Amino acid sequence: MADALRIQVNGQPRDCRSGSTVGDLLRELEIKTERVAVELNLEILDRKDFELRSLKQGDRVEILNFIGGGGLVSGERRGGGRTHV
Amino acid sequence: MYDDRLVIAGREFKSRLWVGTGKYKDFAETRKAIEVSGADVVTVAVRRINITDRSKENLLDYIDPKKYTILPNTAGCYTVEDAVRYARLARAAGVSDLVKLEVLGDEKTLFPDTAGLIEAARILIKEGFIVLPYTNDDPIVAKKLVDIGCPAVMPLAAPIGSGLGIRNPYNLKIIMETVKVPIIVDAGVGTASDAALAMEYGADAVLMNTAIAGANDPLAMAEAMKYAVQAGRLAYKAGRIPRKLYATASSPIEGML
Repeated sequence: MADALRIQVNGQPRDCRSGSTVGDLLRELEIKTERVAVELNLEILDRKDFELRSLKQGDRVEILNFIGGGGLVSGERRGGGRTHV
Repeated sequence: MYDDRLVIAGREFKSRLWVGTGKYKDFAETRKAIEVSGADVVTVAVRRINITDRSKENLLDYIDPKKYTILPNTAGCYTVEDAVRYARLARAAGVSDLVKLEVLGDEKTLFPDTAGLIEAARILIKEGFIVLPYTNDDPIVAKKLVDIGCPAVMPLAAPIGSGLGIRNPYNLKIIMETVKVPIIVDAGVGTASDAALAMEYGADAVLMNTAIAGANDPLAMAEAMKYAVQAGRLAYKAGRIPRKLYATASSPIEGML
C-alpha cells in the first residue's frame, strides 16, 4: 500500500489505505454493522456516521459486540454439586 | 399465571425467570438452556470483537432479539466511567435503552460499589437509559436508586456465582416493603429451592446465570429453575400459613369413637 495509515484496532496495530472510512474498515474485517458498537478515539459513533468518518494516522478504533455474560464473565468450571461452605 | 405479568418501565414480561448467557459450553447450549428455562429476558455483556478470527459466531445469531428482551450489562466495570462507557456502547450496538448496571467494588466479592452505582445510574438516567441496577441487599441504597429514577432494583442474594442462596432474607423483605418498584433478585442463587424461596418472599423475578450454566446438566437445571420460580410465585400469591410451634389437627375430632 503506497499511502498507508497505521491505526490501532481493538488494541492491535493495523494498516489501512489513506482515505478509508470506518465503514471501509468494517467491510475489510468482514464485520456486519448491525449490533456492533464502534468507538473512534473514545468517541462512540452513530451507525449512520460509519461511512462519513475517515481514519487518520494513529487513530484508535474499538469494535465491540455482545457476548455471553450474566454477572461476571469468566471461565469457571462446572461444579458437580459440591459445596465449599 | 397468564395475567400475572411483570411490568417494568411500561414493558411487559411473561417470565419471572431472567437468565444470563455466560459460562455455557457453546452458543447452541446457551440457546437450548434459555429455551428450556422459559426466560424472556436474557443478559449479555459487551466486549471487543475478535478481529483475528472472524469465524467466531455472534451470540445474537443464536438468541433472537425479536423473541427475547436483550438486557446488556456492564459486567466487569469497577468505575463509574467504565460502567457509563459500556452502557453507552451497548446502546450504540443497537438493542435498546435497557441496561443492567453493575459497578463492582472488588474482584474477590464482586459486591457492588453502591456509591459508584448511584452516581453512574444518575448519569445514565439523565441520558434516557432504563437503568436496572445490580445492588447490594441494602434497603437504603435500594430506596436511593428508586428515588433517582430506577424502575426496578436488582439486589443480590449472595455474591455472583457463589451459589450460596439468599444470605439476608430479612433485608430483602425490608427492600420489598421499602420500595414500590419490582425487585429482581440477582446473583447468588445455587439451586431451585433458592429461587423458589426468593419468589415466596415476594421478589418479582429472579436473575441467574451460574446456577444453570454451571450445573452438571444445565438443561435439567434450567427446567428446574423454571418450575421453582413459578411455584414460588404461586405460593407467594396464595399466601402461606403462619408458622406455629405446636400441632393443629387437620382431621375433625367430631365423630370419633
